[in-house]
Amino acid sequence: MRLINRSPARPLAVALAAAPFVAVAIAYAIGSEIRLAANPADKLLPAPATILDTAIRLFTEPDRRSGEILLWRDTAASLLRLLGGVGIAALTSLILGMLIGLLPYARRGLSGFVAVLSMVPPLALLPILFIVFGLGETAKIVLIVIGITPFMTRDLSQRVLDIPHEQIVKAQTLGASTWVIAARVALPQILPRLIANVRLSLGSAWLFLIAAEAVASDVGLGYRIFLVRRYLAMDVILTYVIWITLLAFLIDWALRLLTRKAFPWMEAGL
Amino acid sequence: MSFVSVRDVFQSYGNRPILERVNLDVAEGEFISIVGASGCGKSTFLRMLLAEEQPTRGAITIDGGAPAVEPGLERGVVFQKYSVFPHLTVRQNIVAGEGFQTASGRLRGAKRREALDRADAMLDRIGLNHVADQYPASLSGGMQQRLAIGQALTAKPRILLLDEPFGALDPGTRLSMHQFLTELRAETKMTVFMVTHDLEEGFKLGDRVLVFDKPRWDPHDPGAFGATITYDFDARDRGIPFQRILDLYPSLARAS
Repeated sequence: MRLINRSPARPLAVALAAAPFVAVAIAYAIGSEIRLAANPADKLLPAPATILDTAIRLFTEPDRRSGEILLWRDTAASLLRLLGGVGIAALTSLILGMLIGLLPYARRGLSGFVAVLSMVPPLALLPILFIVFGLGETAKIVLIVIGITPFMTRDLSQRVLDIPHEQIVKAQTLGASTWVIAARVALPQILPRLIANVRLSLGSAWLFLIAAEAVASDVGLGYRIFLVRRYLAMDVILTYVIWITLLAFLIDWALRLLTRKAFPWMEAGL
Repeated sequence: MSFVSVRDVFQSYGNRPILERVNLDVAEGEFISIVGASGCGKSTFLRMLLAEEQPTRGAITIDGGAPAVEPGLERGVVFQKYSVFPHLTVRQNIVAGEGFQTASGRLRGAKRREALDRADAMLDRIGLNHVADQYPASLSGGMQQRLAIGQALTAKPRILLLDEPFGALDPGTRLSMHQFLTELRAETKMTVFMVTHDLEEGFKLGDRVLVFDKPRWDPHDPGAFGATITYDFDARDRGIPFQRILDLYPSLARAS
Protein backbone atom coordinates (compact mmCIF):
# COMPACT_ATOMS: atom_id res chain seq x y z
CA MET A 1 0.00 0.00 0.00
CA ARG A 2 1.26 3.47 -0.80
CA LEU A 3 2.19 5.78 2.08
CA ILE A 4 -0.37 8.36 0.95
CA ASN A 5 -3.14 5.79 1.41
CA ARG A 6 -2.18 4.72 4.94
CA SER A 7 -3.75 6.48 7.90
CA PRO A 8 -3.30 5.68 11.58
CA ALA A 9 -6.04 4.15 13.76
CA ARG A 10 -7.51 6.20 16.58
CA PRO A 11 -5.12 5.34 19.50
CA LEU A 12 -2.07 5.71 17.29
CA ALA A 13 -3.39 9.02 15.93
CA VAL A 14 -3.68 10.41 19.46
CA ALA A 15 -0.20 9.17 20.32
CA LEU A 16 1.22 10.75 17.15
CA ALA A 17 -0.46 14.07 17.94
CA ALA A 18 1.03 14.03 21.47
CA ALA A 19 4.49 12.87 20.39
CA PRO A 20 5.98 16.28 19.37
CA PHE A 21 4.81 17.88 22.63
CA VAL A 22 6.30 15.07 24.67
CA ALA A 23 9.53 15.18 22.64
CA VAL A 24 9.98 18.91 23.26
CA ALA A 25 9.24 18.47 27.00
CA ILE A 26 11.76 15.62 27.28
CA ALA A 27 14.42 17.51 25.31
CA TYR A 28 13.95 20.52 27.59
CA ALA A 29 14.10 18.40 30.75
CA ILE A 30 17.32 16.72 29.62
CA GLY A 31 18.94 20.02 28.64
CA SER A 32 17.91 21.59 31.92
CA GLU A 33 19.23 18.57 33.86
CA ILE A 34 22.62 18.75 32.17
CA ARG A 35 23.06 22.48 32.78
CA LEU A 36 21.86 22.31 36.39
CA ALA A 37 24.20 19.41 37.10
CA ALA A 38 27.13 21.56 35.98
CA ASN A 39 25.93 24.69 37.79
CA PRO A 40 22.99 24.53 40.26
CA ALA A 41 22.60 28.34 40.02
CA ASP A 42 22.11 28.25 36.23
CA LYS A 43 19.29 30.57 35.12
CA LEU A 44 19.09 29.75 31.42
CA LEU A 45 17.12 26.48 31.55
CA PRO A 46 15.29 26.30 34.89
CA ALA A 47 14.03 22.87 35.93
CA PRO A 48 10.37 22.11 35.02
CA ALA A 49 9.57 21.95 38.74
CA THR A 50 10.98 25.47 39.19
CA ILE A 51 8.80 26.74 36.35
CA LEU A 52 5.75 25.15 37.93
CA ASP A 53 6.54 26.78 41.30
CA THR A 54 7.01 30.14 39.59
CA ALA A 55 3.77 29.72 37.64
CA ILE A 56 1.80 28.99 40.81
CA ARG A 57 3.41 32.01 42.48
CA LEU A 58 2.66 34.28 39.51
CA PHE A 59 -0.97 33.18 39.24
CA THR A 60 -1.80 33.39 42.97
CA GLU A 61 0.51 35.69 44.93
CA PRO A 62 -0.10 39.44 44.81
CA ASP A 63 2.72 41.86 44.11
CA ARG A 64 4.29 43.06 47.39
CA ARG A 65 4.31 46.71 46.39
CA SER A 66 0.93 47.16 44.66
CA GLY A 67 -0.98 44.28 46.30
CA GLU A 68 -2.30 43.13 42.91
CA ILE A 69 -1.62 39.87 41.13
CA LEU A 70 0.46 41.18 38.24
CA LEU A 71 -0.16 38.31 35.84
CA TRP A 72 -3.92 38.84 35.85
CA ARG A 73 -3.48 42.60 35.48
CA ASP A 74 -1.12 42.04 32.55
CA THR A 75 -3.54 39.57 30.98
CA ALA A 76 -6.51 41.93 31.29
CA ALA A 77 -4.58 44.87 29.84
CA SER A 78 -3.19 42.84 26.93
CA LEU A 79 -6.47 41.13 26.07
CA LEU A 80 -8.28 44.48 26.10
CA ARG A 81 -5.75 45.90 23.64
CA LEU A 82 -5.80 42.78 21.50
CA LEU A 83 -9.58 42.46 21.30
CA GLY A 84 -9.98 46.21 20.80
CA GLY A 85 -7.52 46.21 17.92
CA VAL A 86 -8.81 43.04 16.31
CA GLY A 87 -12.44 44.15 16.76
CA ILE A 88 -11.86 47.52 15.12
CA ALA A 89 -9.86 45.85 12.33
CA ALA A 90 -12.59 43.26 11.72
CA LEU A 91 -15.33 45.87 11.51
CA THR A 92 -13.29 48.18 9.26
CA SER A 93 -12.24 45.38 6.93
CA LEU A 94 -15.80 44.06 6.76
CA ILE A 95 -17.19 47.44 5.69
CA LEU A 96 -14.34 48.16 3.26
CA GLY A 97 -14.39 44.62 1.86
CA MET A 98 -18.13 44.78 1.19
CA LEU A 99 -17.82 48.19 -0.47
CA ILE A 100 -14.91 47.09 -2.68
CA GLY A 101 -16.52 43.77 -3.52
CA LEU A 102 -19.98 45.07 -4.39
CA LEU A 103 -19.59 48.58 -5.76
CA PRO A 104 -17.48 49.12 -8.90
CA TYR A 105 -16.95 52.78 -7.94
CA ALA A 106 -15.54 51.85 -4.52
CA ARG A 107 -13.47 49.10 -6.17
CA ARG A 108 -11.84 51.55 -8.59
CA GLY A 109 -11.27 54.06 -5.81
CA LEU A 110 -10.04 51.89 -2.97
CA SER A 111 -8.62 48.54 -4.06
CA GLY A 112 -5.30 49.94 -5.34
CA PHE A 113 -4.91 52.04 -2.21
CA VAL A 114 -5.56 49.08 0.09
CA ALA A 115 -3.13 46.93 -1.93
CA VAL A 116 -0.35 49.51 -1.50
CA LEU A 117 -1.24 50.06 2.16
CA SER A 118 -0.89 46.35 2.89
CA MET A 119 2.74 46.54 1.71
CA VAL A 120 3.73 49.07 4.39
CA PRO A 121 5.56 47.23 7.20
CA PRO A 122 3.48 48.10 10.28
CA LEU A 123 6.34 47.88 12.77
CA ALA A 124 8.19 50.56 10.82
CA LEU A 125 5.24 52.84 11.58
CA LEU A 126 5.44 52.16 15.33
CA PRO A 127 7.66 55.18 16.12
CA ILE A 128 5.28 57.42 14.17
CA LEU A 129 2.33 56.03 16.12
CA PHE A 130 4.08 56.68 19.44
CA ILE A 131 4.89 60.23 18.36
CA VAL A 132 1.37 60.92 17.10
CA PHE A 133 -0.74 59.06 19.67
CA GLY A 134 1.56 59.19 22.68
CA LEU A 135 2.60 56.20 24.74
CA GLY A 136 -0.92 55.26 25.92
CA GLU A 137 -3.34 52.60 24.75
CA THR A 138 -4.22 54.29 21.46
CA ALA A 139 -0.86 53.72 19.79
CA LYS A 140 -0.87 50.00 20.63
CA ILE A 141 -4.42 49.44 19.39
CA VAL A 142 -3.76 51.47 16.24
CA LEU A 143 -0.66 49.37 15.51
CA ILE A 144 -2.75 46.19 15.61
CA VAL A 145 -5.42 47.79 13.43
CA ILE A 146 -2.91 49.05 10.86
CA GLY A 147 -1.11 45.73 10.91
CA ILE A 148 -4.02 43.44 10.12
CA THR A 149 -6.75 45.53 8.46
CA PRO A 150 -5.28 45.78 4.93
CA PHE A 151 -4.85 42.06 4.33
CA MET A 152 -8.21 41.24 5.91
CA THR A 153 -9.81 43.84 3.64
CA ARG A 154 -8.14 42.39 0.57
CA ASP A 155 -9.27 38.89 1.41
CA LEU A 156 -12.84 39.86 2.27
CA SER A 157 -13.31 41.96 -0.87
CA GLN A 158 -12.06 39.01 -2.92
CA ARG A 159 -14.54 36.72 -1.13
CA VAL A 160 -17.39 39.08 -1.99
CA LEU A 161 -16.24 39.03 -5.62
CA ASP A 162 -16.13 35.22 -5.46
CA ILE A 163 -19.85 34.99 -4.69
CA PRO A 164 -21.27 33.50 -7.92
CA HIS A 165 -22.55 36.24 -10.20
CA GLU A 166 -25.67 34.12 -10.76
CA GLN A 167 -26.71 34.70 -7.15
CA ILE A 168 -26.37 38.46 -7.48
CA VAL A 169 -28.40 38.45 -10.72
CA LYS A 170 -31.00 36.17 -9.16
CA ALA A 171 -31.38 38.54 -6.19
CA GLN A 172 -31.91 41.42 -8.63
CA THR A 173 -34.66 39.53 -10.43
CA LEU A 174 -36.34 39.05 -7.04
CA GLY A 175 -36.41 42.83 -6.75
CA ALA A 176 -33.58 43.26 -4.24
CA SER A 177 -31.97 46.70 -3.94
CA THR A 178 -28.20 47.17 -3.57
CA TRP A 179 -28.69 47.42 0.19
CA VAL A 180 -30.72 44.21 0.36
CA ILE A 181 -28.15 42.36 -1.75
CA ALA A 182 -25.41 43.58 0.60
CA ALA A 183 -27.30 42.74 3.79
CA ARG A 184 -29.09 39.53 2.84
CA VAL A 185 -26.93 37.92 0.14
CA ALA A 186 -23.32 39.07 0.54
CA LEU A 187 -23.00 39.70 4.30
CA PRO A 188 -24.26 36.34 5.59
CA GLN A 189 -22.00 34.54 3.16
CA ILE A 190 -18.79 36.36 4.10
CA LEU A 191 -19.31 36.45 7.88
CA PRO A 192 -17.81 32.95 8.26
CA ARG A 193 -14.88 34.15 6.20
CA LEU A 194 -14.53 37.17 8.48
CA ILE A 195 -14.19 34.88 11.48
CA ALA A 196 -11.69 32.72 9.62
CA ASN A 197 -9.77 35.92 8.86
CA VAL A 198 -9.79 36.94 12.50
CA ARG A 199 -8.42 33.51 13.41
CA LEU A 200 -5.62 33.86 10.87
CA SER A 201 -4.76 37.42 11.87
CA LEU A 202 -4.64 36.73 15.62
CA GLY A 203 -1.06 35.54 15.23
CA SER A 204 0.05 38.85 13.70
CA ALA A 205 -2.10 40.74 16.20
CA TRP A 206 -0.23 39.13 19.13
CA LEU A 207 3.06 39.95 17.40
CA PHE A 208 2.17 43.63 17.03
CA LEU A 209 0.78 43.77 20.56
CA ILE A 210 3.88 42.33 22.20
CA ALA A 211 6.16 44.49 20.05
CA ALA A 212 4.26 47.64 21.06
CA GLU A 213 4.22 46.62 24.73
CA ALA A 214 7.90 45.82 24.69
CA VAL A 215 8.81 49.28 23.43
CA ALA A 216 6.68 51.46 25.70
CA SER A 217 4.22 50.33 28.34
CA ASP A 218 3.78 49.92 32.07
CA VAL A 219 1.50 46.89 32.07
CA GLY A 220 0.86 43.96 29.76
CA LEU A 221 2.11 40.49 28.97
CA GLY A 222 4.72 41.68 26.47
CA TYR A 223 5.88 44.42 28.81
CA ARG A 224 6.42 41.92 31.65
CA ILE A 225 8.43 39.54 29.48
CA PHE A 226 10.76 42.28 28.32
CA LEU A 227 11.03 43.66 31.88
CA VAL A 228 12.10 40.40 33.55
CA ARG A 229 14.47 39.68 30.67
CA ARG A 230 16.86 42.11 32.41
CA TYR A 231 17.05 39.73 35.39
CA LEU A 232 17.39 36.65 33.19
CA ALA A 233 14.22 35.35 34.87
CA MET A 234 13.69 32.53 32.41
CA ASP A 235 11.12 30.83 34.67
CA VAL A 236 8.88 33.92 34.51
CA ILE A 237 9.37 34.38 30.77
CA LEU A 238 8.57 30.75 30.03
CA THR A 239 5.44 30.88 32.20
CA TYR A 240 4.26 33.97 30.31
CA VAL A 241 5.03 32.41 26.93
CA ILE A 242 3.06 29.26 27.80
CA TRP A 243 0.21 31.40 29.14
CA ILE A 244 0.08 33.53 25.96
CA THR A 245 0.10 30.39 23.81
CA LEU A 246 -2.75 28.96 25.85
CA LEU A 247 -4.77 32.19 25.53
CA ALA A 248 -4.21 32.29 21.76
CA PHE A 249 -5.25 28.66 21.47
CA LEU A 250 -8.42 29.22 23.52
CA ILE A 251 -9.46 32.25 21.45
CA ASP A 252 -8.88 30.31 18.25
CA TRP A 253 -10.87 27.34 19.56
CA ALA A 254 -13.76 29.61 20.65
CA LEU A 255 -13.90 31.22 17.21
CA ARG A 256 -13.92 27.85 15.51
CA LEU A 257 -16.77 26.74 17.73
CA LEU A 258 -18.63 29.97 16.94
CA THR A 259 -18.30 29.35 13.18
CA ARG A 260 -19.74 25.88 13.54
CA LYS A 261 -22.66 27.01 15.70
CA ALA A 262 -23.50 30.23 13.88
CA PHE A 263 -23.28 29.03 10.27
CA PRO A 264 -24.94 25.62 10.04
CA TRP A 265 -25.47 26.03 6.29
CA MET A 266 -21.73 25.78 5.66
CA GLU A 267 -21.71 22.16 6.73
CA ALA A 268 -25.04 21.23 5.18
CA GLY A 269 -23.33 19.66 2.20
CA LEU A 270 -21.14 17.34 4.27
CA MET B 1 -50.04 41.48 -30.32
CA SER B 2 -46.48 40.60 -29.44
CA PHE B 3 -45.64 40.44 -25.75
CA VAL B 4 -41.86 40.30 -25.92
CA SER B 5 -40.48 42.15 -28.89
CA VAL B 6 -36.87 42.09 -30.04
CA ARG B 7 -36.09 44.70 -32.69
CA ASP B 8 -32.89 44.79 -34.76
CA VAL B 9 -30.67 43.75 -31.89
CA PHE B 10 -26.90 43.74 -32.39
CA GLN B 11 -24.37 42.80 -29.76
CA SER B 12 -20.59 42.94 -29.95
CA TYR B 13 -17.80 42.68 -27.41
CA GLY B 14 -15.15 45.17 -28.46
CA ASN B 15 -14.71 44.64 -32.21
CA ARG B 16 -16.05 41.11 -32.14
CA PRO B 17 -19.67 40.84 -33.26
CA ILE B 18 -21.66 38.19 -31.37
CA LEU B 19 -25.20 38.74 -32.56
CA GLU B 20 -26.46 40.66 -35.54
CA ARG B 21 -29.89 41.80 -36.64
CA VAL B 22 -31.95 39.63 -34.28
CA ASN B 23 -35.70 40.15 -34.63
CA LEU B 24 -38.29 38.25 -32.65
CA ASP B 25 -41.90 38.52 -31.58
CA VAL B 26 -43.20 36.33 -28.80
CA ALA B 27 -46.83 36.11 -27.73
CA GLU B 28 -47.77 35.92 -24.05
CA GLY B 29 -47.68 32.37 -22.71
CA GLU B 30 -45.40 30.95 -25.39
CA PHE B 31 -42.57 28.59 -24.47
CA ILE B 32 -39.48 29.41 -26.54
CA SER B 33 -36.61 26.94 -26.71
CA ILE B 34 -33.29 28.36 -27.85
CA VAL B 35 -30.73 25.95 -29.29
CA GLY B 36 -27.47 26.29 -31.17
CA ALA B 37 -23.81 25.33 -31.13
CA SER B 38 -21.50 26.49 -28.35
CA GLY B 39 -20.42 30.10 -28.77
CA CYS B 40 -23.29 30.96 -31.13
CA GLY B 41 -24.53 33.70 -28.84
CA LYS B 42 -27.59 32.04 -27.36
CA SER B 43 -26.42 32.67 -23.81
CA THR B 44 -25.60 36.25 -24.78
CA PHE B 45 -29.14 36.59 -26.10
CA LEU B 46 -30.52 35.28 -22.80
CA ARG B 47 -28.36 37.74 -20.84
CA MET B 48 -29.81 40.54 -22.97
CA LEU B 49 -33.35 39.29 -22.36
CA LEU B 50 -32.43 39.37 -18.69
CA ALA B 51 -31.16 42.96 -19.11
CA GLU B 52 -27.87 41.90 -17.56
CA GLU B 53 -26.30 43.21 -20.78
CA GLN B 54 -27.48 46.01 -23.03
CA PRO B 55 -27.48 45.45 -26.82
CA THR B 56 -25.10 47.72 -28.75
CA ARG B 57 -27.98 48.45 -31.15
CA GLY B 58 -31.68 47.76 -31.10
CA ALA B 59 -34.05 47.20 -28.18
CA ILE B 60 -35.84 44.47 -26.29
CA THR B 61 -39.18 45.37 -24.75
CA ILE B 62 -41.74 43.51 -22.67
CA ASP B 63 -45.40 44.41 -23.19
CA GLY B 64 -44.47 47.69 -24.88
CA GLY B 65 -42.55 49.00 -21.87
CA ALA B 66 -39.22 50.82 -21.91
CA PRO B 67 -36.10 48.66 -22.48
CA ALA B 68 -34.69 47.61 -19.10
CA VAL B 69 -31.21 48.72 -18.02
CA GLU B 70 -30.75 46.14 -15.22
CA PRO B 71 -32.36 42.86 -14.12
CA GLY B 72 -35.57 43.40 -12.19
CA LEU B 73 -38.87 41.94 -11.04
CA GLU B 74 -40.26 41.59 -14.58
CA ARG B 75 -37.79 38.82 -15.34
CA GLY B 76 -37.34 35.62 -13.40
CA VAL B 77 -34.30 33.47 -13.97
CA VAL B 78 -32.97 29.99 -13.23
CA PHE B 79 -29.36 29.20 -14.04
CA GLN B 80 -27.71 25.83 -14.39
CA LYS B 81 -26.04 26.33 -10.98
CA TYR B 82 -25.93 28.79 -8.07
CA SER B 83 -29.57 29.83 -8.50
CA VAL B 84 -30.51 29.49 -4.83
CA PHE B 85 -28.98 31.10 -1.76
CA PRO B 86 -26.89 28.56 0.17
CA HIS B 87 -27.19 30.38 3.51
CA LEU B 88 -31.01 30.30 3.56
CA THR B 89 -33.15 27.25 4.27
CA VAL B 90 -35.45 25.94 1.55
CA ARG B 91 -38.44 27.80 3.02
CA GLN B 92 -36.44 31.00 3.53
CA ASN B 93 -35.32 30.78 -0.10
CA ILE B 94 -38.96 30.80 -1.22
CA VAL B 95 -39.88 33.63 1.16
CA ALA B 96 -36.92 35.61 -0.22
CA GLY B 97 -38.88 35.72 -3.50
CA GLU B 98 -41.23 38.15 -1.74
CA GLY B 99 -39.06 39.54 1.04
CA PHE B 100 -36.19 40.82 -1.11
CA GLN B 101 -38.54 43.37 -2.71
CA THR B 102 -38.94 45.27 0.57
CA ALA B 103 -36.60 48.05 1.66
CA SER B 104 -35.03 46.00 4.45
CA GLY B 105 -35.13 42.69 2.59
CA ARG B 106 -37.23 41.10 5.36
CA LEU B 107 -40.95 40.71 5.96
CA ARG B 108 -42.37 41.27 9.43
CA GLY B 109 -45.53 40.48 11.36
CA ALA B 110 -48.70 39.56 9.47
CA LYS B 111 -47.06 39.95 6.05
CA ARG B 112 -44.38 37.48 7.07
CA ARG B 113 -46.94 34.93 8.25
CA GLU B 114 -48.90 35.26 4.99
CA ALA B 115 -45.69 34.90 2.97
CA LEU B 116 -44.80 31.78 4.99
CA ASP B 117 -48.22 30.30 4.21
CA ARG B 118 -47.78 31.04 0.52
CA ALA B 119 -44.26 29.61 0.71
CA ASP B 120 -45.63 26.38 2.17
CA ALA B 121 -48.20 26.21 -0.62
CA MET B 122 -45.41 26.70 -3.17
CA LEU B 123 -43.26 24.06 -1.46
CA ASP B 124 -46.21 21.71 -1.65
CA ARG B 125 -46.54 22.41 -5.37
CA ILE B 126 -42.86 21.83 -6.12
CA GLY B 127 -42.79 18.82 -3.81
CA LEU B 128 -40.22 20.09 -1.34
CA ASN B 129 -42.25 20.51 1.86
CA HIS B 130 -40.50 17.56 3.50
CA VAL B 131 -37.15 19.38 3.31
CA ALA B 132 -38.42 22.89 4.10
CA ASP B 133 -35.98 23.44 6.97
CA GLN B 134 -32.90 22.03 5.28
CA TYR B 135 -30.21 24.00 3.50
CA PRO B 136 -29.90 23.78 -0.31
CA ALA B 137 -26.50 22.08 -0.13
CA SER B 138 -28.16 18.97 1.31
CA LEU B 139 -30.63 18.72 -1.60
CA SER B 140 -30.11 16.78 -4.83
CA GLY B 141 -29.51 18.66 -8.08
CA GLY B 142 -33.09 18.19 -9.27
CA MET B 143 -34.53 19.41 -5.97
CA GLN B 144 -32.28 22.47 -6.06
CA GLN B 145 -33.52 23.34 -9.55
CA ARG B 146 -37.16 22.84 -8.50
CA LEU B 147 -36.46 25.18 -5.58
CA ALA B 148 -34.88 27.72 -7.93
CA ILE B 149 -37.93 27.63 -10.22
CA GLY B 150 -40.30 27.93 -7.25
CA GLN B 151 -38.31 30.86 -5.89
CA ALA B 152 -38.36 32.63 -9.26
CA LEU B 153 -42.13 32.10 -9.61
CA THR B 154 -42.78 33.46 -6.09
CA ALA B 155 -41.64 36.90 -7.28
CA LYS B 156 -44.32 36.70 -10.05
CA PRO B 157 -42.19 37.63 -13.07
CA ARG B 158 -43.67 38.50 -16.48
CA ILE B 159 -41.23 36.20 -18.27
CA LEU B 160 -39.18 33.28 -16.99
CA LEU B 161 -35.68 32.72 -18.34
CA LEU B 162 -34.03 29.32 -18.01
CA ASP B 163 -30.33 29.00 -18.81
CA GLU B 164 -29.68 25.28 -19.35
CA PRO B 165 -31.68 24.56 -16.19
CA PHE B 166 -31.42 20.77 -16.45
CA GLY B 167 -27.92 20.59 -17.94
CA ALA B 168 -26.32 19.21 -14.77
CA LEU B 169 -29.00 16.62 -13.99
CA ASP B 170 -29.01 12.90 -14.69
CA PRO B 171 -31.37 11.63 -17.44
CA GLY B 172 -34.04 10.28 -15.06
CA THR B 173 -34.22 13.43 -12.98
CA ARG B 174 -34.29 15.42 -16.20
CA LEU B 175 -37.40 13.59 -17.39
CA SER B 176 -39.22 14.21 -14.11
CA MET B 177 -38.20 17.88 -14.30
CA HIS B 178 -39.74 18.07 -17.81
CA GLN B 179 -42.96 16.69 -16.34
CA PHE B 180 -42.79 19.19 -13.48
CA LEU B 181 -42.15 22.14 -15.80
CA THR B 182 -44.96 21.12 -18.18
CA GLU B 183 -47.47 20.91 -15.32
CA LEU B 184 -46.30 24.19 -13.83
CA ARG B 185 -46.68 25.88 -17.22
CA ALA B 186 -50.18 24.56 -17.69
CA GLU B 187 -51.08 26.15 -14.34
CA THR B 188 -49.33 29.49 -14.67
CA LYS B 189 -49.43 30.21 -18.46
CA MET B 190 -46.00 31.78 -18.04
CA THR B 191 -43.96 33.08 -20.97
CA VAL B 192 -40.73 31.07 -20.88
CA PHE B 193 -37.40 31.28 -22.67
CA MET B 194 -35.16 28.26 -22.26
CA VAL B 195 -31.60 27.91 -23.55
CA THR B 196 -30.66 24.25 -23.92
CA HIS B 197 -28.02 22.01 -25.45
CA ASP B 198 -30.45 19.11 -25.61
CA LEU B 199 -32.38 19.27 -28.91
CA GLU B 200 -34.89 16.66 -27.81
CA GLU B 201 -35.65 18.63 -24.67
CA GLY B 202 -36.02 21.83 -26.73
CA PHE B 203 -38.55 20.27 -29.11
CA LYS B 204 -40.40 18.42 -26.36
CA LEU B 205 -41.00 21.43 -24.12
CA GLY B 206 -41.03 24.35 -26.53
CA ASP B 207 -43.87 25.85 -28.54
CA ARG B 208 -41.23 27.31 -30.78
CA VAL B 209 -37.61 26.31 -31.23
CA LEU B 210 -35.20 29.06 -32.22
CA VAL B 211 -31.89 28.06 -33.77
CA PHE B 212 -29.00 30.49 -33.43
CA ASP B 213 -26.29 30.25 -36.08
CA LYS B 214 -24.02 32.39 -38.22
CA PRO B 215 -25.62 33.11 -41.60
CA ARG B 216 -22.30 34.34 -42.98
CA TRP B 217 -18.99 32.62 -42.42
CA ASP B 218 -15.51 33.86 -43.29
CA PRO B 219 -13.12 30.86 -43.25
CA HIS B 220 -10.12 33.19 -42.83
CA ASP B 221 -11.66 34.98 -39.87
CA PRO B 222 -14.29 32.86 -38.09
CA GLY B 223 -15.03 35.70 -35.65
CA ALA B 224 -15.84 38.23 -38.36
CA PHE B 225 -19.63 37.85 -38.33
CA GLY B 226 -22.16 37.43 -35.59
CA ALA B 227 -24.98 34.93 -35.24
CA THR B 228 -28.69 35.43 -35.59
CA ILE B 229 -31.90 33.40 -35.51
CA THR B 230 -31.58 31.20 -38.59
CA TYR B 231 -34.58 28.99 -37.98
CA ASP B 232 -37.84 29.52 -36.11
CA PHE B 233 -39.55 26.18 -35.85
CA ASP B 234 -43.15 25.69 -34.79
CA ALA B 235 -42.93 22.76 -32.40
CA ARG B 236 -46.59 22.66 -31.36
CA ASP B 237 -48.68 19.62 -32.26
CA ARG B 238 -45.57 17.43 -32.31
CA GLY B 239 -43.96 19.69 -34.88
CA ILE B 240 -46.53 19.02 -37.61
CA PRO B 241 -47.69 22.40 -38.94
CA PHE B 242 -51.18 23.43 -40.03
CA GLN B 243 -52.89 20.95 -37.67
CA ARG B 244 -55.16 23.67 -36.36
CA ILE B 245 -55.57 25.73 -39.50
CA LEU B 246 -59.31 25.02 -39.51
CA ASP B 247 -59.59 26.62 -36.04
CA LEU B 248 -57.96 29.74 -37.42
CA TYR B 249 -60.10 29.89 -40.58
CA PRO B 250 -63.64 28.65 -39.72
CA SER B 251 -64.77 29.42 -43.28
CA LEU B 252 -62.54 26.65 -44.60
CA ALA B 253 -64.05 24.20 -42.14
CA ARG B 254 -67.51 25.04 -43.45
CA ALA B 255 -66.38 24.58 -47.05
CA SER B 256 -65.13 21.09 -46.34
